[in-house]
Amino acid sequence: MSDTTRLSLVEAARVVARRDFRAILFSRAFLFFLLGPLFPIIVGALAGGIGGQVQRDATTRLVAVAMADADAQAMIAARERLAPRVGAALPELAVTESADAPTDILREPGRNYSAVVSGSLDAPELTAPQEAIDGWSGPIAMIAAEARADSPSAYPDVAAHPVATSVAAQRTDRIRTAQAGQLILFLLMMLLAGMVLSNLVEEKANKVIEVLAAAIPMDAVFLGKLVAMLGVSFVGIAVWALAGGAIGLLAGSALPHLPEPALGWPLFVALGIAYFAMGYLLLGSLFLTIGGMAATVREVQTLSMPVTMAQLLVFFLAASSITRPGSPMELFAAAFPLSSPFAMLARAAQSDALWPHALALAWQALCVFLFVRVGAAIFRRRVMKSGKGGRAIKGHVGAAAPALGNSDA
Amino acid sequence: MLTETGTMTRARADGLGPLAIEAHGLVKRFDGTLAVDGVDISVPEGAIYGILGPNGAGKTTTLRMLLGIIDPDEGVRRVFGNDRPHEVAKLIGYLPEERGLYPAMKCDEAIAFMGALRGLPLAEGKARGREMLENYGLGHAVDRQIRQLSKGMAQTVQLLGTLVHRPRLVVFDEPFSGLDAINQGKLESMIRNLASSGTTVIFSTHVIHHAERLCDEVAIIAGGKVPYAGSVDAARDRIPAQVRLETRRSDGAWRDALPADARHDAKAEGSHFWYFPVPDSGIEALLKRLIEGEAGILSLSIERAGLHDAFVEIAGAAAARALAEDNAQGEAR
Repeated sequence: MSDTTRLSLVEAARVVARRDFRAILFSRAFLFFLLGPLFPIIVGALAGGIGGQVQRDATTRLVAVAMADADAQAMIAARERLAPRVGAALPELAVTESADAPTDILREPGRNYSAVVSGSLDAPELTAPQEAIDGWSGPIAMIAAEARADSPSAYPDVAAHPVATSVAAQRTDRIRTAQAGQLILFLLMMLLAGMVLSNLVEEKANKVIEVLAAAIPMDAVFLGKLVAMLGVSFVGIAVWALAGGAIGLLAGSALPHLPEPALGWPLFVALGIAYFAMGYLLLGSLFLTIGGMAATVREVQTLSMPVTMAQLLVFFLAASSITRPGSPMELFAAAFPLSSPFAMLARAAQSDALWPHALALAWQALCVFLFVRVGAAIFRRRVMKSGKGGRAIKGHVGAAAPALGNSDA
Repeated sequence: MLTETGTMTRARADGLGPLAIEAHGLVKRFDGTLAVDGVDISVPEGAIYGILGPNGAGKTTTLRMLLGIIDPDEGVRRVFGNDRPHEVAKLIGYLPEERGLYPAMKCDEAIAFMGALRGLPLAEGKARGREMLENYGLGHAVDRQIRQLSKGMAQTVQLLGTLVHRPRLVVFDEPFSGLDAINQGKLESMIRNLASSGTTVIFSTHVIHHAERLCDEVAIIAGGKVPYAGSVDAARDRIPAQVRLETRRSDGAWRDALPADARHDAKAEGSHFWYFPVPDSGIEALLKRLIEGEAGILSLSIERAGLHDAFVEIAGAAAARALAEDNAQGEAR
């Protein structure tokens, strides 16, 4: 034992954090916690794959060509010539040898034509539902015109001068990155910070809280619990990121591409981690205080709905100001402690200035400290009352006080 | 050890002996209700000190204020001279009334964790925990989870966790509640051993016998006030010793030797009992007059008041009744 007669705040918080972290990490429930967010991803991927297949089956681009043989071959050849320049705007063409009427061809089982073009190159006729006619009449006319020309049309080369992006496009792109960053941050916070609500219920139910309160300051208990939960969250995020990375590798280019943020990806990700940590500690200290008032798990569950709504409000505050950097609303969102991590992450996507982030992180750290102090003080005042209780003795001033850990007793 | 309460407190405060705990004018209200009302307590280092009172009297609130779990609304408290008890947390061990351990922890881990909260390195705490469990006859349970233990075993584990960092001051809140007679005896021995090794022990109780058997000093608490704090002997001495006289005759000239308010109780034919305080003139003079008056003395004894009588005298009949009810409930449990 060291010579001092007490643990420092950090040492005391570490004792609590280590216990909580290990207790959660080595519990069976943690496995379900890790698997939980993977279920929607897996279900979503499966549903997306099936949906895509259904969509592909349902919306075919195939148009049957029921023309005289020469015209039909000319249509096919014209489509091949136009395809490199027009691309996806053109339908797929398939010559049909059926002598049936176009309406019957459309009904042929197993064919899946979206339209039938008949007639001649000079007067092509399109038979299809109105929606398909609206979509295909132009391209079919273009193909027919190309087909009846004596020689292939000469198209001039267009000289290309590519640029990375225009200012407007870059701004729009980075807003997308900012939105994505905020959304991921919000989802993670929503998923993870709520756990803190019930964090003191165990101690109160087990009566361990008095052992802790007698040995170390309540600030250290709060801080230790928050840090433990943050650590658990990082473990979860790491696992989910690995799973997400694996899905990304499998999906390849099918995943949406996000434009590079103003500060570059490495710094943006680092700031994202820092803002997640700060946001988690800020929201967590608030939740810990609110949850600490609850005496039972049922009360915690009752509290969770308004808490979730409050989270949404904070997110909307930050999200609504994303397109107006420098506006009073955006500055307020950046300064208000609970929305600050969201607003500042959006800034990291849109602006390359670093100093606002240093300032914001310092401000958020100060707020974490204040939130923990105030939360611990409220907990001590509201919850840490007297013992088992008993009776007031008639004729004496003393009275039974509510039990410790029973906030509303 | 001094016997006069006030003298002791003042003398210690004047520096004649070190105090482990010193509290003056502690007041605590909960939602406007006065739970503790101006408590003064001085606990000498190395003493076994009892806080005696019925449930709801303010014992736990007083202990929590002394330990810094809650802050007093008024008054000051010092533990080893420090008015912020958490500053000397490594020197203190505390066993709360409502026992609590993490159910998933193993016994040695639980003990080590409690030590770690008081600054003992985890590895050392674990090693000491294993040793203590062995010495206490619980070596077989070292690797068991708390949830797998009986209530009594879990209480023992928490007790060992309270002591694992070798504190200089140990505070027990109702340590005997829930223990069977054998474990109560073990705990009494442990408290005596702690005190003999120089550790200060404070415990709260509503069982007078524990306080009477163990304590050097007691604070009697009722209704949030401490009407008496001092040695057990001094408390008992507040009530004059009672004479219990048994005579063959019921009347005679010798009756003049008895105080006018002596209580008479005729148990059987030819056997009369008389109860009265020892007269100021002394027992010898009384005895002489009884013999000369041929009272027919069958027996005579001087009975010193017990702590229970002192409690009734000091705290009042209502508090004594409440204490008796608590004891009855405790025994029923």
